[in-house]
Order: sequence, then C-alpha cells, then structure tokens
Amino acid sequence: MPAATRARWAVVVATSVVLVATGCGSSGGGGGSSGASGGTGGIVTAWWGDPQNPLEPANTNEVNGGAVIDMIFTGLVQYDPKTSEPSNANAESITSDDQQNWTVKLKPGWKFSDGTTVTAKSYVDAWNYGALSTNKQLNSSFFSYIQGYDQVAPASGNPTAQTLSGLKVVDDNTFTVALTQKFSTWPATLGYSAFVPLPASFFSDHAAYLNKPIGNGPYEISSWTKSAKMELRPFTGYAGSDKPKNGGIDLKVYTDTNAAYADLQAGNLDVDNGLPNSALKTVETDLNGRFLNTPAGIIQTISFPLYQANWNTPNAQKVRLGLAMAIDRNTITKVVFNNTRTPASDWTSPVLGAAGGFKEGICGQACTYNPTMAKQLVQEGGGIPGGQLTISYNADGPHKEWVDAVCNSINNALGNTSACVGNPIGTFADFRNQVTSKKMTGPFRTGWQMDYPLIQNFLQPVYTTGASSNDSGYSNPQFDSLVNQANANPDKSGAISQFQDGEKLLATDLPAIPLWYQNGTVGWSDRVTNVLLNPFSVPVYDQITVK
Amino acid sequence: MGRYVIRRLLQMIPVFLGSTFLIFVMVHALGDPVNALFGDRAPDPVVAAQIRKQYNLDEPLWLQYLIYMGNLFRWDFGTTFNGQSVTSLLATAYPATIKLTAVAFTIEVIFGVGFGLISGLRRGGWSDNTVLIFTLIVISIPTFVTGYVLQYLVGVQWGILPATAGEDLTLESLLLPGIVLASVSLAYVARLTRTTVAENSRADFVRTAVAKGLPRRRVVLNHLLRNSLIPVVTFLGADLGALMGGALVTERIFNIHGVGFYLYQGIVRQNTATVVGFVTILIIIYLAANLLVDLLYAVLDPRIRYA
Amino acid sequence: MPDQEKYNKADPLADAGTEEEEIQSAVESRTFDLGTMEAQTLIKNERLDDEPEVAAADDRVKPRSLWQDAWRDLRRNPIFIISGLLIIFLVVMAIWPGLFTSTDPLKCDLSKAQQGSESGHPFGFDGQGCDVYARTVYGARASITVGVCATVGAALVGTTLGGLAGFLGGWSDSVISRVADIFFGIPILLGGLVFLSVIPSRSIWIVVAFIVVLGWPQIARIGRGAVITAKQQDYVTAARALGASNSRLMLRHILPNAVAPIIVVATIALGTYIALEATLSFLGVGLKPPTVSWGIDISSASATFRNAPHMLLYPAGALSITVLAFIMLGDAVRDALDPKLR
Repeated sequence: MPAATRARWAVVVATSVVLVATGCGSSGGGGGSSGASGGTGGIVTAWWGDPQNPLEPANTNEVNGGAVIDMIFTGLVQYDPKTSEPSNANAESITSDDQQNWTVKLKPGWKFSDGTTVTAKSYVDAWNYGALSTNKQLNSSFFSYIQGYDQVAPASGNPTAQTLSGLKVVDDNTFTVALTQKFSTWPATLGYSAFVPLPASFFSDHAAYLNKPIGNGPYEISSWTKSAKMELRPFTGYAGSDKPKNGGIDLKVYTDTNAAYADLQAGNLDVDNGLPNSALKTVETDLNGRFLNTPAGIIQTISFPLYQANWNTPNAQKVRLGLAMAIDRNTITKVVFNNTRTPASDWTSPVLGAAGGFKEGICGQACTYNPTMAKQLVQEGGGIPGGQLTISYNADGPHKEWVDAVCNSINNALGNTSACVGNPIGTFADFRNQVTSKKMTGPFRTGWQMDYPLIQNFLQPVYTTGASSNDSGYSNPQFDSLVNQANANPDKSGAISQFQDGEKLLATDLPAIPLWYQNGTVGWSDRVTNVLLNPFSVPVYDQITVK
Repeated sequence: MGRYVIRRLLQMIPVFLGSTFLIFVMVHALGDPVNALFGDRAPDPVVAAQIRKQYNLDEPLWLQYLIYMGNLFRWDFGTTFNGQSVTSLLATAYPATIKLTAVAFTIEVIFGVGFGLISGLRRGGWSDNTVLIFTLIVISIPTFVTGYVLQYLVGVQWGILPATAGEDLTLESLLLPGIVLASVSLAYVARLTRTTVAENSRADFVRTAVAKGLPRRRVVLNHLLRNSLIPVVTFLGADLGALMGGALVTERIFNIHGVGFYLYQGIVRQNTATVVGFVTILIIIYLAANLLVDLLYAVLDPRIRYA
Repeated sequence: MPDQEKYNKADPLADAGTEEEEIQSAVESRTFDLGTMEAQTLIKNERLDDEPEVAAADDRVKPRSLWQDAWRDLRRNPIFIISGLLIIFLVVMAIWPGLFTSTDPLKCDLSKAQQGSESGHPFGFDGQGCDVYARTVYGARASITVGVCATVGAALVGTTLGGLAGFLGGWSDSVISRVADIFFGIPILLGGLVFLSVIPSRSIWIVVAFIVVLGWPQIARIGRGAVITAKQQDYVTAARALGASNSRLMLRHILPNAVAPIIVVATIALGTYIALEATLSFLGVGLKPPTVSWGIDISSASATFRNAPHMLLYPAGALSITVLAFIMLGDAVRDALDPKLR
C-alpha cells in the first residue's frame, strides 16, 4: 500500500496524527504463535494516531486505521510476524489448477464478535462492497484482478453491475474466484486488510457499525472515543491460533510523536511504535534497552520526473547515475537515522528474504558511494538539468533532516554548496497532488511500504507502465513483459528470477534511486514484555504480556 | 446601551463573513484533498469523483461557500474525511481548549499583574530590573522551545508534573502547558501593569490617599491597582481569543486534543469543513470578547457611558 | 491640573463617550498588546506636551520639539546606547557576514554531526555537521531582514490605512476598521500554516509579505487612535481654519504628531516578528534552505536539545539578543517620548 507508506513517514513523526500509511496486511496476531493462554492479564496502552478514514476494511489504507483492522479482523491468510511467510488463517485451503480460477474453502465454526457465523457469503459480500465504485472505498483497486471489476468500477460513469461476476458462493464454507489473468501468488496477497470478511450488520446498520466496528479477529472494540482513545479487549469466541496474551489494548491518540515519547519515558504509555527521529539517539539508554529496531517492508527512494523532457535523455540518465553515486548512504543511515535504516542495494526489502526475492547488490555501482565518479558522471551528462537540483518532500513529515543530508552529500561530491537543495512542500496532500498530476520538475521523495510480502508488490505497482504508484512515469516494455511473465509463472523460484531480471533493468534506467530500507522501531515501558514488530512495522499486539 | 450593543453586533456580520470567506478561500487554495486520501497510490478516478461529489468539491468555489454557510445556519458544520461530524469535534475540542486557556489565563493574571505591581512600585530597583529582563527573555524565546525544554526537564527528567495532558485533563496535567501558553502573554501583562502602575503612582489621587493617612496596603490595592487595571483588562480580554487560537503549538507538544490540534490536522488533511468550522467559532469568541471588554470598561470606569 | 480633567484627557475613551463614531471602536483604539498600550499613554502625553513648550517660550529659550527633547534624552540613556550599539553590530553582521567568519555555512560534513566545539569551530556542529558559528553569523541576515522589512511594511501599510481611517472618519473609517478586524480575527499561526502552504515559493519576501498582511491591523489601530487624538488638537483646528488642504493637514500637522506611538509599537513588534519566523519554521512553513536563518536552526535543534544543547543555544541566544536589543530600543524611545517620566 503505497499510500500508506509515504503518508506514514511523511506525517507520522511530524504530527503523529495523520496519514500514516499502514502496514496493512498483517493480521494482528502472529500466525506463528501457538494459541497459548487466553486473554488474562493487564491492559497495555499503546501509541496511536487518529485514523484518516472511516474504519471500513477496504477503505483503510494508512497505518492507524490499519492497526485496528488487523486486531479486530483475521482474513483468509496471515503473515508470520518474524518471517513474513503467509499461512492459512480462516482459510482451510486456497487452490487452483490454472493459476486463474481459485477455490477457497473456509475453516468452519469461526464467528464474528457479535455472535454471527463467518461464511463464504461474508467474504463475497465484503469484496463486492469494497469493489463497487459508488461505495467510495479507497482500496477498491485491490479487487481489480477479479473478473467483473470493470463492470462494478468502470473507468467512467456509473457501475453497470452491483457485484463482481468472478465471485461465486458454492456453499456456506466455499466460494470461487475467477481472476482476469494468471496470478500464481494471488493467495499470498489475501492477508491484506481489504480482503477480510464483513458481518451482516455492516450492511444492515452501517452508521452504527462505523461507530463500533465488528470483526472476527483476536480483539473486539469495547469502547471508542473518537480522536482520543480506543479500548480493545480479547474476543473470547476467537477461533484463530493467535489468541491475545494480555487483558486488552488501549490505543491512545497523540498529537505529536515527541509527546508520546515523553509519555513513554514518564511511564504513562506502554508501547510506542511512533518514535520520533530525535529520540533514536538516546532511546536505548532512556529505556534501558527496552527498544527494538527490526527490518520492515519499507524502502525509501528518490524518484525522477521522467515525464519532463530534460530528465528523460541519455545524458540525464548519466546524471541520475552520478547523483545516485553521490549519496553517502552509510553515513546518513548511521548519523541521521541512528542505524534504523539500512543502505539499500535493490528495489525490494530484506523482509522478503532471499527466497522471497530480496537480493543484495542488484543496484550495483549506482548504490555505491563514489564521489569522484559521481562528479565525473554529472559533468559528462552536461550537469544537472535545470542547473540546480531540488529534492521535494512534504514538510509535515519527518523528512527535512535526511533530505538536507542527501543534498549536503551531493553538494560535497560535486564541490558546489548550492548544487542541491531540499524543497519542502507544506502538506502531504499538496505534495501528492503535485506528484500525481505530474507537475514535478525535479526529483522527489518516494517510499513504498509493502501491502503483502511479495516481490511483485514492490515492482508491479511502482514501475510498470501506467501503474497506480508509478510516480516517475517510467515505462519500459521489456520490464512490463517480465513482470507479466513472472505473474503467470506457477514456479515460484522461476517467477522470482524473472522479477529480478526486471530489477536489473531498473538499475540501468534508474527511474528511482534506492536510498535505504526502513526498519520498524518500537520502545516499551517496564510494565510489559515480549513486544515484537511485524514486517509492516506494526506491533504484534496479541503477543504482548503485562508483568 | 442596548442600541450600542445591537450596532456592534450588526457590525460583526461583515467581519464574520469576511474572515470565514478568507479562510475558506485559503484552505481551498491548498489544493485537492482527495488525491491525498489515496496516499502513495494514484487515485482511482471514479472513486475520487464520487468522494469529491460527496463533499461538494466539484462545485465552483463560491457555490461551495454558499452551501457551507447555508448548512452552518442549520447548525451543520459538515463532516471530516473519517466520517466524524465537525460539531462533535467542536464539542470535544473547545472544552479542552477552554480548560487550558482558563489555566493559562489564571497564571497570566496572577503572575503578570503581581510581577508588574512589584516592578512598577519599585521602578529602577533590582526587582524591577529582574522582572524586566525576565519578561524580555520570555518574549524573545519561541514557545516551542520553552515547551520542549520544560516538558523534558519538569515532566520527564524531574517528574514533578505530568509530561503530557492527554485525554483526561486534570488541573495538574494542564499546569505545565498552561505555563508555556501563558508565558509570552504573562510577560506582556507584567510590562503593561508596570507601566500603568508607575504612571498612576504619581497621580494626584494616590498622593491624596497617602496624604489622608491611609495605610499603604489600602492605597496600593484600592486606589492604585484598581485604576491601573483598566488597560490591563483590555489587553486580557483581547488576549483570551488569541490564547485559544494560539494554542496550536502548545497543544501539539503536550498532547491536548483541543482547537489547535484539530485545526492543524484539518490543514494537513485539507479538510475545509474542519478548518472553517473551528475558525468560525474562534472568530465569534474573538468578536464577543472585544464587545465584552468594551462593556466592561463602562463597569470599571463609571465615567464611560455607551449611548 | 485637576485630577478629573487630566483623566479625561488621558483617556481617549472619555472623549469617545460623547461621539458615536468612536464608541464603537473603543476596543480598536485601545489595543491588545503592550505596544499599543504603551502607545496609548504616549498619545495622551503628547497633549500635555503643548504646555511645557509654551512655558519654555516664556523663558526665551528656543523652543524644542518633542523630537529634539527625546533625542537629548536618548543620548544620555545607557539603555539606548547599549541597544543602539548592539543593533549596529547585528546589522553589520547581517550585511557583511564574511567579516566574522570564513567558514561556509552550507559546507557540512555529516560525520561531525552534533559534535561540540573544536578549534576553528568554536560553537561546534549542528545535526548536519555544519558549523554552528558560521550559521549563526550568516543567519542574522535572513532573520533581521524578516524582522526589519516586515516591520517597515506593516508600519507603512498600517499607518497609511489607520491614518486615513482616523482622519476621514465616517464610513471609510468603518470599512477600514472592519477589514482590519477580518485580518485580526484570524489566528496568526493558522494563517501562516495555510497562507504559506498555498504559496510554493518560500523566499524571504513571501514570509515578509505574509507578516505584513496579518500584522498591519495592529499598527493601523494605533495609527488611527493617534490620528484621532491629534486631529482634535487646537493647532489642527487652527490650520484648518487658515484653509490648509486635507493632504497638507494630514502630512504636515497630524502625521508628525502621531508617529511616535507607532515607532514604539513597531520596535516591539519587530522582536516578535523575528520570533514568529522561528515558529513558522517549526511548523514547516517558514524559510527554506539554502537560506540560512536562526529560525530554521532553532526549529531543527529544538527536538534534539538534550543530545546537543549547543545547537539550540547559539542561534536561540542570537535571536534573544536581537529581540532584546530592539525591545530595549523601543523602551528607551518610549521613555524619551514620555515627558512625565523625565
């Protein structure tokens, strides 16, 4: 979920309030945890921001709403909090003979917290609702692989059908899905929060539902004071394996990450995964080591506006390479981020693991700091298009520090203190408007937080022609066809090597420079133990225990 | 008196319309808020169009303003993107901000007037100079610096007061943000009181009182201070509105979910309804405070009469 | 002078009580901040001033104007001398920063980030590894430019509009006063967030323009009050009776007598404008690099002051000294213009 990513990093620190993108897919519990003790014990208070949208699963694309959706829902699939390996949760099996027509069987006996049963209809209705354009769901495009999406969400005008023709209920615990194309890893995408089931009350009394959403997950909402606090308590009828090990979670909305950190130090907050950059230097000693810094499925990049003629020439390509080499990633991740970022050398994330497609060094020399060669390349390429490099970012997020550091690094390499300058844009909304309307004249900040742990998610939505998050306007038919072949390839390792071949094209074309892989960070009070982060950098709430 | 009040109220109407329109236009000029809802993903044009329609964003600006004002008179302030009505936000935010303002205001009055009185009575003495330097330093340091430093030292390091206020606002938790919010105005009040006290202490009515043999305490409190308070009250009255609107930074640092917090969030999410709704109430409070101060004048100074 | 009469003179409102047009603006002519308040006392004291001048003439001493008096007073006031010297020093630093340091404020070495002072770098390094001393010296230009230009701009606009409102009275007064109310009603930080987010360019002049737009009503109110007071004085009536034109009345007779309170308020406002620039930077809508300013440095250092207090201390110190210097100057000028305090 791209949106989530940027937004998240943009805003979180700055305001804690806003658009943070979410780690969507993880179901709050770790799949791996054995269903041990029931929900006894104390209450954990945790940092939270006000969700940007109403809490409908298909309408939640940022981290604050996503955290709650993950806690109160468990979908067909969930991801292991440590290895990000997908495993069946509510699904008994998801099978296909041709990689295109899938049959989903549910585990029987699962219930929503209002007592109703989870059936195949709960899923089909929920997905139909999410896809229908008149329902204004922000994640509707996640259903675009399913047949009939063109009718429920036509490119213009009103929908000509109310339901997806590709979804069919077979019996209470079985439904079939017909996709528009072969997609061998489709089941692994189903841990994303848009794919969860919805109870009948969602449709019968929508307004009441929005005040107190009901799900089938490990927690249920016991009270919600909007913009202030949400109290979640274990759902005793939960049928999944990841049963909560605490007495509940109280999410507290903070106006500012610094305020949350002050509360954490003062002992008024138990779990804080919104640590401000300024705290990273001292967090280890402040909290006596009660701090976790672990890889997350987030990569930060700088994208170039290839739709501008002067950035889309062979010479400009040399300049892009030169700029990529002028960035001292090691020093910046160490000094500015205190090792909560790892210098990037491909376009994916280490949380995928080597088997999942992560491969160090695909980026090659472009991601290796070499100021001398950088200067030479920029000169050979005729200098920076437009004379001065401006790196745009949204000022309501925590980006100023690293953008300034990147610019200083480029300036030092080029020997010119005014070669590069940061260009803050007031709000995230304004920034995204300029990016999506292709009005950028220089490079700009981009980031990607995965929706589900697949290499496909790092490449297809961002770099294929016309893709939803292809902000640089990159278009390479060879890359597009490699991605299509990989999607249709039933052999996992074969598909991954095709994706990696695609990445090699990115290394020469450089539509975006990889900067660093972002880690998730969390600090906690001495009241609680066993605080983990999942690959979406969201705490694994159900595993937290209170002393 | 009644005629005067009515006239003043009528004059508020154009000011009110002008301010709200100005804010409306400025927030609108920030650009389209809908794209940002999709985060990093390019918006789905169909869904985006539906959302724009829901919030009337597809209408021309003047019509949007008219629709908004029309709804306003039916006490409908609109909704935020996450489906909360702005009236419900107003209902949570204003009590919080009013509590904070009350604490800050009390601090401002007690210490501002106190310091000013001490300083004005001993013009040129060491206490006067101390107060002068102290107030100058307070005026010259931006609020966010004072806020962060005090929060860390008092709230975290020494643990004397709560570091943040949060949801349940207690007097104790509001003390620190109150001090920070009051600090600059406090300095102004102290300087203002000092000036008027110094001036009035040479006035004939004070000399007369002293000559009559009244005890010093009575002279200072009943004659000097009372007469010196008129300009201070003017300042305080107008400052009340400024405190509420100016809490943007303080509320953010101390996690108070008040007017400043929602205004900031409204701007970042470019939600016109939130921003204009909150500013509307702020402007009403500001205008009412102005009127109140003018009326208060007549009470404090019997020689002033409003026809 | 009998107590009652003096009081009446001292209080513009007392006069206002008899005149409709002025009642409605009681709040406007009194003001909402210290500057204005102090200016009010000046306005009333100016009237008292007429008398000593007459007395001086009797003694066959060459009459001195208010300004000559003030200047004589100022020259002997240590506060004025200290603040004046400080301001001269700061202005020199703003114009020729190269005199004070040879280090480039934009030349930064990240590996030295947040380190303390070392030889050649007396103030240490900031979070980007830039030299704090060089940035403090170079930051003076932007900060003082914002302060001075915004003040001059607000004073010009405010005096013109406020003066016209006070001089013309009637409906033009109402219109100008209500427009001023509109701008005054918008909280300044909120206005800054929205206004400066809208405008893509974030040059010094945009920030200055913003402060002028939201700052002029304050000066206009004082200007208006001062002009109304001056307008009612005998010498103006006399000049009018002699057939002086409106513009001549305004420029020759009224304005010079109304300008003192404006100067006082302006010097205090100047200090607050410099601090405002820092707060705007804190909110992410202030000046932007490669401009070097104290506000930018203070806002980026404020969250890390625990780890590296020197990053915050030096630019904040420079800012405080500058604000102090201008407020002290304002104080001294105020005292000099106030005959009662002699």
